Amino acid sequence: MDNPVHKLWKFPGGLPLEGHKSLSTGQSVIDSSLPSRLILPLQQHIGEPAEPVVKVGEKVLKGQLIARANGYVSVPVHASTSGMVSALTDLPVAHPSGLSAPCIVIEPDGEERWTERHPVPDYLDLDRGKLRNLIREAGIVGLGGAGFPTFIKLNPGPHRPIETLVLNGAECEPYITCDDMLMRERAEEVIAGVQIMQYMLGAQRCIVGIEDNKPEAYAAIRAAIEDPAIEVVQVPTRYPAGGEKQLIRVLTGQEVPSQGLPAAIGVVCQNVATAAAVYRAIVLGEPLVSRIVTVTGQAIRRPGNLQVPIGMPIDELLAEAGGTLENLDRLIMGGPMMGFALPTDAAPVVKTTNCILAATQAEVAPSPQAQPCIRCGACVEACPARLLPQQLYWHTRAKEFDKVQDYHLFDCIECGCCAYVCPSHIPLVQYYRYAKTEIWAQERDRQRADLARQRHEHRLERLQREKRERAERHRKKKAALAASTADEAQKKATIQAAVARAKAKREAAATQSTSVDTTLEDHPLPAKPDPQRVQPPTRARSAAKGKGV
Amino acid sequence: MGPLLPSSPHVHGYSSVAAVMQQVLFALVPGVAALLWCFGWGPLVNMAIAALVALATEAAMLAMRRRPVVSTLRDSSALVTALLLAIAIPPLSPWWITALGVAFAMVFGKHLYGGLGHNPFNPAMVGYVVLLISFPLEMTVWPRPYALDLGPLQTLSTIFGNLPPGLDGMTSATPLDMMKTQLGMMHTVEEIRTDPLFSTFSGTGWEWVNGGFLAGGLWLLYQRVIAWQIPAAMLGSLFALALLFFAVDPDTHPSPVFHIFSGAAMVGAFFIATDPVSASTTPRGRLIYGAGIGALTYIIRTWGGYPDGVAFAVLLMNMATPTIDYYTQPHVFGAPEDKSGEPE
Repeated sequence: MDNPVHKLWKFPGGLPLEGHKSLSTGQSVIDSSLPSRLILPLQQHIGEPAEPVVKVGEKVLKGQLIARANGYVSVPVHASTSGMVSALTDLPVAHPSGLSAPCIVIEPDGEERWTERHPVPDYLDLDRGKLRNLIREAGIVGLGGAGFPTFIKLNPGPHRPIETLVLNGAECEPYITCDDMLMRERAEEVIAGVQIMQYMLGAQRCIVGIEDNKPEAYAAIRAAIEDPAIEVVQVPTRYPAGGEKQLIRVLTGQEVPSQGLPAAIGVVCQNVATAAAVYRAIVLGEPLVSRIVTVTGQAIRRPGNLQVPIGMPIDELLAEAGGTLENLDRLIMGGPMMGFALPTDAAPVVKTTNCILAATQAEVAPSPQAQPCIRCGACVEACPARLLPQQLYWHTRAKEFDKVQDYHLFDCIECGCCAYVCPSHIPLVQYYRYAKTEIWAQERDRQRADLARQRHEHRLERLQREKRERAERHRKKKAALAASTADEAQKKATIQAAVARAKAKREAAATQSTSVDTTLEDHPLPAKPDPQRVQPPTRARSAAKGKGV
Repeated sequence: MGPLLPSSPHVHGYSSVAAVMQQVLFALVPGVAALLWCFGWGPLVNMAIAALVALATEAAMLAMRRRPVVSTLRDSSALVTALLLAIAIPPLSPWWITALGVAFAMVFGKHLYGGLGHNPFNPAMVGYVVLLISFPLEMTVWPRPYALDLGPLQTLSTIFGNLPPGLDGMTSATPLDMMKTQLGMMHTVEEIRTDPLFSTFSGTGWEWVNGGFLAGGLWLLYQRVIAWQIPAAMLGSLFALALLFFAVDPDTHPSPVFHIFSGAAMVGAFFIATDPVSASTTPRGRLIYGAGIGALTYIIRTWGGYPDGVAFAVLLMNMATPTIDYYTQPHVFGAPEDKSGEPE
């Protein structure tokens, strides 16, 4: 069966790099032995850390849930072997900062006893939501390095139809060969996983992209494909062809929107190892408890690929590969372009660990002292995101972070091409990471300030409201007071009126009786006010209101 | 492993500033050889003076600015400035003209702005323009091509003030200068070009000099030291404008070939306009920048007060560079086309 020639597109920039792949592809993948202890960080993925559900001293079985997902963007962690939970504590993890993070430590009992598994070989019987849930419960994240929960990528939402599933087998970073070996040796697992994901996404077609420096993997995948809807394509070896956006561009000609997701153009991209993990999770019922890790570099005695339980300490993994040599200069997790130097070899292998590179100084010669940028533009030609790295650098140095964002800092994928070609040896990526961190920090500060301002505004509002209410009460009191004074005045007026009437009556009587001696009558006792004649209080009040007190 | 961990990428290419600069110096060889062939030993003496003064001035400025002296001198950028200026100076100019120009270029053109990478103007052209404005007579008198009969030592002593007898007979205006003055005297291009100062393409000798710089420039392009946009746009716009006026009135406008093979056209297009520090740095910007230099060169040559205009054109476009760069940002990967990736 002849593969129709698939049209390929180019992505901007990029570099031809020396692969150093054959260093670790000489032998097949070997199972590593069990380490003395397994260190399982609660956060091995993008999102919220998982929440432990085991206690120290508890016996666990292989594949048993030991930490559950916490929130939507989160996945659980499982015991990679049977044994006993010996600690729940902060331990150094593989992170450039060298910081510690909460981990579950398991002492293996050596028996490798599995917990009960629930295989679903006939996955077509299950609806997609149930399958997604199984993938989530298996703790699967993107194994290419990013570690984003896979079940979320398989759920682009009803309003985003997915036409194409792109399977990433490019593995463009030098030295790394774990995907290569996986495809060579377990192509049918990869393809089975692809079929599950294709079913879940309802994608009409699937393209497996493999760099043309891996002919064995290409042949193996091609041989494993029976479904005509799945196509395998060799893409030119050019770093970073394995970047999600770059591979989609090469295979489909489409550009993922800047700051957007592939789903926006009807594409989902998954790594080949993730596909194999999906297969194992659904069809065999196995959660993600191990992965293939490339251990390579000139400073390791027996470079190769190992099937490693998640949580294996790196020093023990290095020992499995014969140990490091004297000339070790740097331990790198990941590849030489995007990996980070490990501050400690006590950190464990996690779900996203694809490679441990034990590099000699000859391999990763420290770059000479940085010189001034001469704006030669070599970085512009190398940038796969079509950025202007020299301008980003210029404005980052000047700490003009708003300008840096004008120049689209957040489209930078930190592939390192610019720094690789820079004749002035400027650590450009480091500058961009710094700028990103600063901008995030400013953003946090701004949010905090916004919150504080809101709080302040609320307080002012509350104070004003209280003031208004106080004023209102005050006014009411005053009104009541005014009403009572009005009553008083009314009373006086009534009394006077009564007196006047009495006087008038008397005078009238006096004139009638023609009495001369009226001394006594001239000083009458004040008459008791007639309760009936006193004006009702309601009228007094309305009068007071009318005055607008 | 120390407390400060190296950051990715952990591998690097083999390029360096010094390597770039040395390739530029190497590419000057054919053009300089043609200069020497046509005009005697003078340019070589000037280059030596310029190199010495440039290195000394750079070292002094670095020391005053408390920057590493030796490692910075090794980047060879001072030599590039010095040699580009030296080849623009008439071969038998007194030594102090070269020295003054180079010193000015290094101090005012480069280090007062902050040294390599920070100068907005091409330092060699800053030095050249200062000399041209200050010493117009000395700066416009060139030897007649192939007419100079001075050995290396005689040349040296000439440059240091011992003028040999009959020197005046050996010098003349440059072809561009001659063309300009004669056109001003209502001669036609055809009449002017009968003078032995002119040859097939352009000026006698000058066509070889320009051809040499063209060859070196093509090599730089092949080595990917320079990008194609600036030389192509500069020569293209100079050629196109010259062609336009030549087509309208060939009697008063020399041919486009004459223009691109005269004066500093080739050295300007491949070696001066491409100075990365002061040039535009975006792909589209480089086209605009180069085209601007070509157009300004033609305008100054044709209607301006100077026979050649490359230096002024370069400096004028240097001024426009930040603006050009700002408005010619490439479309970021995945950015919608209509937004054109420009900052809001």
